[in-house]
Amino acid sequence: MDMVLALAAILFVLGLIGALTRKNIIFILISVEVMLNAAGLAFIAAGAKWQQADGQVMFLFILAMAAAEVSVGLALVLQAYHQHKTMDVEQLKQLRD
Amino acid sequence: MVITRYNPIHALLYLVVSFLAIAMVFLSLGAPFVAALEVIVYAGAIIVLFIFVVMMLNLGAETAGQEKQWLRPKVWLAPSALVMVLLGEMIWLLISGNNTVTDVGVVEPKRVAISLYREYIIALELVGFLLMAGIVGAAHIGQHKKRVLHRFLEDSKTNGVPGNGAHTDLVKKEERQTEIQKEISKADT
Repeated sequence: MDMVLALAAILFVLGLIGALTRKNIIFILISVEVMLNAAGLAFIAAGAKWQQADGQVMFLFILAMAAAEVSVGLALVLQAYHQHKTMDVEQLKQLRD
Repeated sequence: MVITRYNPIHALLYLVVSFLAIAMVFLSLGAPFVAALEVIVYAGAIIVLFIFVVMMLNLGAETAGQEKQWLRPKVWLAPSALVMVLLGEMIWLLISGNNTVTDVGVVEPKRVAISLYREYIIALELVGFLLMAGIVGAAHIGQHKKRVLHRFLEDSKTNGVPGNGAHTDLVKKEERQTEIQKEISKADT
């Protein structure tokens, strides 16, 4: 069980590194997906440890949330690309200026 | 591997491998239903969404060159090797006949469903709302309209200075929108 939690932690840290270091929006979204997967893995591991169904229920909710987030996020990416012709988050600073 | 690639398609291939591996972990943790869901929803639907967007974004002449690039074996060799490792593990488990789940017991889908529709019914409804909002939001954001960021930006591009013209344009736009809305409501009734 500790191994699974360690795996979830490693995955989460990898996703966090990706989300913090990459500059392409698509890669940031992918890293967020990896992080959500790590959280779901931790939930499943806890549910398997105590033999409860709550962990899997929580994973279902994470799944639905990830699906909604990805659809909206990718629509935003499309729109931003059509307006700015770039995927670089450094150049998408229209809100700051 | 996912976060170090430069080409998004490569990263997506590695992401598929990662999802499949996590599904296997779920299976070994005694959650077969969730493992199936992981493969279907993550490795199926979400990856397809990503690939769809990636393909929509690089239209044009460079696509043909990229196609040629993608067909080189260097691209798909490493992800397929990782998937082959997973497949080899599965085949080895099937052959060795030792296909009982490890020391953890199985939480069967029936209990998940009962818990989902009894204790978490409100959360389930809220997830339905969330998905609905996601669909509507994606459909609204993803509309292909030549929309400008801000009315002043549009005006400064066309007229040079943001001034009265922007305001009148805005008023005209609002009038047009209200007319359209009236027509729509008439059509509805």
